[in-house]
Amino acid sequence: MSENLRVVENATCTFCGCVCDDMILTVDDTEKRIVKAKNACVLGRAWFAEHTIEENAPAAMISGKPASIADAVAEAARILVEARFPITYGLSDTTCEAQRQAVAITDMIRGNIDTTTSVCHGPSGLAFQGIGESTMTLGEVKNRADLVVYWGGNPAEAHPRHFGRYAVTPKGMFTPNGKKDRTVVLVDVRRTSSTPAANIFVQLKPGKDFELLWALRARVKGREIKANIEEITGVSPAVIEDLVQRMKSCRYGVLFFGMGLTMTRGRHFNSGALLALATDLNEFTHFVAKPVRGHGNVTGADNVVSWQTGYPFGVNFSRGYPRFNPGEFTTVDTLSRGDADAAMIIASDPASNFPKAAIAHLRRIPVISLDTKVTSTSTLARVAFRTSTYGINTGGTVYRMDDVPITLRKAFDSPFPDDETILRALKEKVQELLRLRMPRGAKSAFELPLSA
Amino acid sequence: MTERMLLIAGRSSEQGTSLNKGKLKAEYLQVTSTAEMNEQDMARLDLKDGDRIRLSNGVGEATVTCTPRKVTDLPSGMIFMPYGPSSSELMESDTAGSGMPISKNFAVTVEKVIG
Repeated sequence: MSENLRVVENATCTFCGCVCDDMILTVDDTEKRIVKAKNACVLGRAWFAEHTIEENAPAAMISGKPASIADAVAEAARILVEARFPITYGLSDTTCEAQRQAVAITDMIRGNIDTTTSVCHGPSGLAFQGIGESTMTLGEVKNRADLVVYWGGNPAEAHPRHFGRYAVTPKGMFTPNGKKDRTVVLVDVRRTSSTPAANIFVQLKPGKDFELLWALRARVKGREIKANIEEITGVSPAVIEDLVQRMKSCRYGVLFFGMGLTMTRGRHFNSGALLALATDLNEFTHFVAKPVRGHGNVTGADNVVSWQTGYPFGVNFSRGYPRFNPGEFTTVDTLSRGDADAAMIIASDPASNFPKAAIAHLRRIPVISLDTKVTSTSTLARVAFRTSTYGINTGGTVYRMDDVPITLRKAFDSPFPDDETILRALKEKVQELLRLRMPRGAKSAFELPLSA
Repeated sequence: MTERMLLIAGRSSEQGTSLNKGKLKAEYLQVTSTAEMNEQDMARLDLKDGDRIRLSNGVGEATVTCTPRKVTDLPSGMIFMPYGPSSSELMESDTAGSGMPISKNFAVTVEKVIG
């Protein structure tokens, strides 16, 4: 550590969807790294400590060889314009400003855009459309909630400050005694590091979330439930009854739900059952529900893609207007089925965490990647851009998991461009190539016929 | 000796901190190829902490290291493993029209790797 230190106050951690904006960073300007991140959790400390500058890394590569950014942009534009089914994917670890450029490019090339939401809370997105969402901000939870239920998640390890900053221990306007004013319930199939924070732990059988949620709905409405409910769900009628009474009689209740609901059998039916339970409870008290989101700006990706296309993820522009169809236009499907013939992957690493059939197809097609580090995806990419890290080297806007937009403050400069800069350059190059292919008499690239 | 068990892939603190160092680094690969098992299940399968096990299903297979959890923490017949390349090997790509592959609570065959 050098003596050239500087403190950046009110910085924001963009590692997870908590987007904690009370970071006090100590920056070593000589070594170009963050040496201390006060207020950060264990994940945030690793996020800030490990995002250093690799000075000798090339800013762009084409077919594994260093290239100029201009050449890489030109090659990436050529790939996208020549493809018949280009897909754009990722976007949850970059700014809203970069996300809107990605939507614009995909629109121009009549491609397919999808975000990591499709393999995260995509099923909850479907449930929102079917059931609706009784929603809130985390500030409301902090100030008002006296019953907090976590269902199918492990915030102590995935969102370590969710308990302390928003929902369990903080003292609020109507919760002056912090945790003493709240009852915390955790519903999960196994005991985790989160369990000790709960007053009540409800352990259910794997894959029985829907059944338990439906039983709770029935009891909230005063209906009888099956005598063998414990055999089905692993949860006794007495525990269900106790939970129902607490839910109906609390002042302000909240259901936080994780991927224990969306990644298991039932998917959107599970999320929908939970959202319906929250709606039902509003007959008796104020009750809200909110998915606990993973990546730093995955909520921003939902917002940006929604406000630009009308749909949150899995959007296809091949007919010249946006169409939404999860299962058809979501990335695991477009890759596993072999539909995509080119892919632009932004701030994401599907080559390391997708099903292997999807990864195999990713290896067969030209891939363009934008990432801050070398990943499995950047390694297989035809064109790979090294970009700067949002919230550390670049400002911009991100959305917290409760849809609250937060402005980022950069800590130190990077020699690498940010995602937005690369994508703006790529958009211009794509426009230029499309103009060259325009039929005589057409006034805009958007008038290109489908066969062009 | 083999047994069918349910695999749950999920997040863990170590997975979160090691991915910041790099997903191609040894630490991340080690964290994401360590499977937690109920200690009684491990005893029944003649497994000790650090033994290698092969997880397989109709999709693929992955060889990982096992580590015990208390019976009260992880129910019998369940395996927890942090998300990563090993769990991807076992994930079905069919999303049933939802976009989401099943990543939790899917059946795998567990067997001890000898030698």
